[in-house]
Amino acid sequence: MPNYDLTPEQMLLKNTVRDFAEKEIKPVRLELDRKEEFSYELTGKMFDLGLFGVTCSPEYGGQGMDYLSYIIVVEELARIDGCQAATVAAGNSLGIGPLYYFGSKEQKEKYLPPLCSEKKLWGFGLTEPNAGSDAGNSKTNAILKDGQWIINGSKIFITNSANEMSAGVTVQAITDTKDNGKKEISCIIAEQSCKGLTAKAMKNKMTWRSSNTAELYFDDVTVPEGNLLGKRGDGFKQMLQTLDSGRLAIAAMGLGGAQGAFEEALKYSKERIAFGKPISSFQINAFKLVDCATEIEAARSLLYRACWLKDQGRAFSKEAAMSKVYCSEVFYRVANHCVQLHGGYGLMEEYPAAKYYRDQKLLDIGEGTSEIQRLVIARYLDCF
Amino acid sequence: MKIAVLVKQVPDTETKIVINANKNGIDESNIKYIVSPYDEYAIEEAIKIGGETTVISMGPDRCIESIRTALAMGIQKAIHIDTQGKSYDSYQTAAALAKVIKDGGFDLVLTGKQGIDYDNGQVTQMAAELSGASQVMVIDKLTINGDKAKVERRIAGGSKEVYESGFPLFLGCEKGLNTPRYASLPGIMKAKSKPIEKKSADELLGGATALVEFTNFELPPERAAGKRIEGEPPQQAAQLVKLLREEAKVI
Ligand SMILES: Cc1cc2nc3c(=O)[nH]c(=O)nc-3n(C[C@H](O)[C@H](O)[C@H](O)COP(=O)(O)OP(=O)(O)OC[C@H]3O[C@@H](n4cnc5c(N)ncnc54)[C@H](O)[C@@H]3O)c2cc1C
Repeated sequence: MPNYDLTPEQMLLKNTVRDFAEKEIKPVRLELDRKEEFSYELTGKMFDLGLFGVTCSPEYGGQGMDYLSYIIVVEELARIDGCQAATVAAGNSLGIGPLYYFGSKEQKEKYLPPLCSEKKLWGFGLTEPNAGSDAGNSKTNAILKDGQWIINGSKIFITNSANEMSAGVTVQAITDTKDNGKKEISCIIAEQSCKGLTAKAMKNKMTWRSSNTAELYFDDVTVPEGNLLGKRGDGFKQMLQTLDSGRLAIAAMGLGGAQGAFEEALKYSKERIAFGKPISSFQINAFKLVDCATEIEAARSLLYRACWLKDQGRAFSKEAAMSKVYCSEVFYRVANHCVQLHGGYGLMEEYPAAKYYRDQKLLDIGEGTSEIQRLVIARYLDCF
Repeated sequence: MKIAVLVKQVPDTETKIVINANKNGIDESNIKYIVSPYDEYAIEEAIKIGGETTVISMGPDRCIESIRTALAMGIQKAIHIDTQGKSYDSYQTAAALAKVIKDGGFDLVLTGKQGIDYDNGQVTQMAAELSGASQVMVIDKLTINGDKAKVERRIAGGSKEVYESGFPLFLGCEKGLNTPRYASLPGIMKAKSKPIEKKSADELLGGATALVEFTNFELPPERAAGKRIEGEPPQQAAQLVKLLREEAKVI
């Protein structure tokens, strides 16, 4: 029989992050969202708690924990605020991840300690205005000239890349075009301070409003040849591998968000009196709450097992895609019930229900849309 | 300086208490346990003072979870006094703790002002007395200067009392003393290799058993619905006095 107990360390971690989220994030989450403000204070405190570099080796300033521990961190943050969860998830999966997995020893020693413990953030530049799901069709290019890469192009929707903590970005760029027209794609490290690199914060989001999202412009950005990440031509593979793991963190945001929205819905339904009774006592509402609770349990089992596979060093891509699409869609149903059970108040931003509802939507789109997840899973089923 | 922190594991403040079938205790099956909140001030203060810090907790196996929390926050080592399925009262708990504290040669013993489960607030004082140490309860300020400690406690009317004492000294900590830190992730990983020494409560107490026995537990009665008094203020006042005298029988 499988063992469903968390380890003592995972239990402690869950308690400490939950406590932190309740005491530090909950009181300010709605105001930050309303002002569309990235919080340096909260991000700094999350660094102090050790939430960046969770799975990264202590050699580079990380915590050396397993992947499930990281997923629990994201889940507990998202239970209170998807935006802070986004800052941490992007910091770990997309910022630290590729540098840690594909970087040389020198690159890791140079870039990782600031990202794990010195309050610096790093972006993952894959998406372009005309290449999202179809990321292989990106146009940004890098030409090697006199021992330097010269990068030109632009990226869009890059998390953590336009704020005072942003230290740089891993850019996916075309580094060559073969005679048969096939593009060679590589990842290149560009520091934020590079001349010709412009970062612009994107505003007016309906979702993840206190997470920092950037447009990046590369105008003859010049970096040393040694800034190539891993092998030349490995860029696309590296990006896909990064997304495989990143999906687990997006799934954790779905699970945590669903848990948070469910708790709000349950509490409100027991307090709100209509026709002389709490609305939770009307069977149609009770059954909604039952469905939420059941689906959240199922989502957690699916996601934790996918993490277990990864922690065992086994193949987990299929399960990661399943977790991402399922947890996101469970959150969709739970957030919808949560707003519905709140009635008119569910539509008012003074209640957290509306924010859960809005923040959920990102999860169907970021790091591979739900359609793309289904494509990935369908390939495992040999559907085409 | 050798500092001991006494930590009690208690049910989470949000626990819905259910009485067990024998009515001599609470049903523990669905309870989430936490470090008693006042003990967190004691842990924080010990870490701030530094030196050699030890967390001591008496209780069943599950209280190792609370010990780990203290270690993850930054306490260096631990002693778990295992109760092995037996229940002890405040006196025997204090007696076992006093023995371990005397053997350990601790200078300063920090505790919460009370456990938030039974709210007895007895163990610190009794353990201090049994170990022949001084004690001050409900303190919210501590300054250590060489071989003297200066402590402050708030008293009624907004004034404060200031004490000075030598060591060994027991202090019961109150809210306001400090802001307890969160157990950080690096702290949690470091705690894995910190030693937890095990002792048996039964052996420490030479087989002695609790002097106090719980015979019956009851939940407080549900509050009855309130009464609204209508009318002009003079009539309302008259009506209120009548009800207080005749129904509530408090005047
Ligand atoms: C807040 C936020 C943060 C983000 N952070 C980052 C980041 O840090 N780094 C980064 O690189 N990117 C980031 N992204 C970008 C995100 O990954 C993309 O938005 C996503 O991959 C979708 O790409 P797209 O927006 O171009 O949509 P499109 O690819 O244009 O998709 C439009 C629609 O078409 C559907 N579709 C496309 N292809 C197919 C197909 N083959 N079959 C069926 N349906 C299909 C999609 O599912 C979708 O419904 C972020 C996005 C947001 C909103």
